[in-house]
Amino acid sequence: MPTTETGKSSTESEVSGLDYEETQLTLAPPGGSKSEPEKKRGFSESIDLRLGRPALEAHAKDPASGSSHGPVSGAGKSPASKAQVVGWPPVRSFRRNALRSCTYVKVAVDGTPYLRKVDLDAYAGYQQLLTALEEMLSCFTARDYTNERRLVDPVNGAEYVPTYEDKDGDWMLVGWWMFLLHARD
Amino acid sequence: MTYFPEEVVEHIFDFLGSHRDRNAVSTVCKAWYHVERFSRRNVFVGNCYAIRPERVMARFPGMKSLSVKGKPHFADYNLVPYDWGGFALPWINAAVRRCPGLEDLRLKRMVVTDDDLDLLARSFPNFRSLVLVSCEGFSTDGLAAIATYCRGLRELDLQENEVEDHGRQWLSCFHESCTSLVSLNFACLKGEVNAGVLERLVARCPNLRSLKLNRAVSVESLNEIVARAPYLVDLGTGSFAVDHHTDAYQRLMNSFSKCKSLSSLSGFWEASPHCLDAVYPVCINLTVLNMSYAPAIQADDLIKLISLCFKLQKLWVLDCIGDKGLAVVASTCKELQELRVFPSDIYGAGATSVTEEGLVAISSGCPKLNSLLYFCYQMTNAALITVAKNCPHFTRFRLCILDPWKPDPVTNQPLDEGFGAIVRSCKNLRRLSLSGLLTDQVFLYIGLYAKCLEMLSIAFAGDSDKGMVYILKGCKNLRKLEIRDCPFGDFALLNDVAKYETMRSLWMSSCDVTLGGCKALAAKMPRLNVEIINESEGSDKLEENISDLHKAEKMYVYRTVAGPRNDAPDFVWTL
Repeated sequence: MPTTETGKSSTESEVSGLDYEETQLTLAPPGGSKSEPEKKRGFSESIDLRLGRPALEAHAKDPASGSSHGPVSGAGKSPASKAQVVGWPPVRSFRRNALRSCTYVKVAVDGTPYLRKVDLDAYAGYQQLLTALEEMLSCFTARDYTNERRLVDPVNGAEYVPTYEDKDGDWMLVGWWMFLLHARD
Repeated sequence: MTYFPEEVVEHIFDFLGSHRDRNAVSTVCKAWYHVERFSRRNVFVGNCYAIRPERVMARFPGMKSLSVKGKPHFADYNLVPYDWGGFALPWINAAVRRCPGLEDLRLKRMVVTDDDLDLLARSFPNFRSLVLVSCEGFSTDGLAAIATYCRGLRELDLQENEVEDHGRQWLSCFHESCTSLVSLNFACLKGEVNAGVLERLVARCPNLRSLKLNRAVSVESLNEIVARAPYLVDLGTGSFAVDHHTDAYQRLMNSFSKCKSLSSLSGFWEASPHCLDAVYPVCINLTVLNMSYAPAIQADDLIKLISLCFKLQKLWVLDCIGDKGLAVVASTCKELQELRVFPSDIYGAGATSVTEEGLVAISSGCPKLNSLLYFCYQMTNAALITVAKNCPHFTRFRLCILDPWKPDPVTNQPLDEGFGAIVRSCKNLRRLSLSGLLTDQVFLYIGLYAKCLEMLSIAFAGDSDKGMVYILKGCKNLRKLEIRDCPFGDFALLNDVAKYETMRSLWMSSCDVTLGGCKALAAKMPRLNVEIINESEGSDKLEENISDLHKAEKMYVYRTVAGPRNDAPDFVWTL
């Protein structure tokens, strides 16, 4: 019985014409950062950053292609991907609109139980984000290094560097504007 | 009883609170009908197209308070086109002519324009209360009219409306002499209000007990307000974005600690971590907490807050609270009656969410729970059976498993047995929403056991017409039935046409009913309006050459004594 993962299938992208990029922002020691944080594993899971306009809105304007037909019976059904179903889940428009404007991303520190939500809108730049992260994940200390601040593990002195995983599964060290470009699409 | 003087009968009727009771006594005999109609003050119209406004006002000339509902419930989920109908104007016009003593007006899912609000504001000298829920069509100009002309206004309650911001400083239109406000809720507005005007308004209204601010109101302003209104019972906090290191935050904490009467909290639109500490002093008295518009609040902060709320009766949260958070609710909130868990990530699979575990924990920890709205990614039959056993008092049970047709992940079975257990155990269940993989069997159970059920919402469920027939046959008290994306067709629709006159309405969309079936229904039942919403391009009229075999994409059927409505747009065909 297929259970659906959400909105990441290529079918959905084709139907909606929109490109969903995923971004997982995690902290990991350099060199060790290639170890994949499995999405469903405990505390180090981080949420995907949902980008682009939701397909639900696109379909609300085009109801002919929106609603799915009634299902045939039994276990052989493949569930409709959310993007194709108008008015599903049944959440009032007001609430949808109120929560849509959030650009939150979860930040996880690889190998630790730290998980925090961060609003990208609230930070004007990379350093501000780092500062905020430092405050939230207060077991790490920052150390001035030339004009940059880096996050350092007080135990072994290894440096933590923010990385993100793009949709191809590659780990990217990234400058702020590149990140924002991808994030805001 | 008919030998009593009318005044005595009227006095006895005063003890009847509900509309249904008053409706019932008015059918006993002519004498009672007359006594009842002249003494009714609160009038409730569940479907604005079921009766003409003039007829309502003629029957109840003493009406002081009117409540009207417009669009079908599925309009909330964008299934009903914008200009379908539900206009407030005919009702306001009729009241202007016939009930100038009108004091209270409540409208839900209706189209209200600025002109309507202007007419309303100028026409009723005793007007005290306006409540608009999920309405649209008006702007801050209309609110300015209300503020300007409704001297003596006690309540302005705007719940989840789409209001255009025309930048007008509507709040400034409350006259300096307006001191009567008891309840003001503008949380749904997007635009700014002048902070000074707001603070002065609050300061001069000593009876103000409920105040819900919008997102644009800053914490500094909130602080001024709370300092001036320490008797507030119900507060919506505005943005609540504050750095907890600042003086502003300290002052906020002090202000809250003086609010001894505060029992209901909401808002927190932009609340940041740690800022909830300011709220701790009031937690002990909270009976209502709505954090469902605060996606930035971490689960841990939420848990810390809730673990102080021993008296909580109503809790609305986002699913980022997690099963762990719900376990804390279960162990802390023993008085909990209503729980709503909303999805925080509508457009994708949330990594943090709630599952059946959270619901089971709640059910075993909160014995008084009677109302539930729960969005989750999975549910099991075993969990539902346990919940049914733990909580036999549910009156409202709405479960939304976010993936359509999703079975029990443990057994791969449909959720028929789980929901069956719910309806068997909860004998007072009035409202039920189903989801997940469901066969006709669940409808057999519902028809068999849900004898008090009044409203049923079905989506992506069932195998055949039999499912719908079980419901219509078994649920004697059914008033509203709404169905989408189910394999129910003409056979089910036409199986018991008289049933629909005992109900307020039936909605079916993306099902298997055909145009021919709808026509047959309309022909058999002249006192029903059978409306088809046809949104395909280029067909404005019911064309002769559209085959009766064509599926009716959206059908809305409702009983009415008003005949077909005269304000239907072109894409709505009344058969």
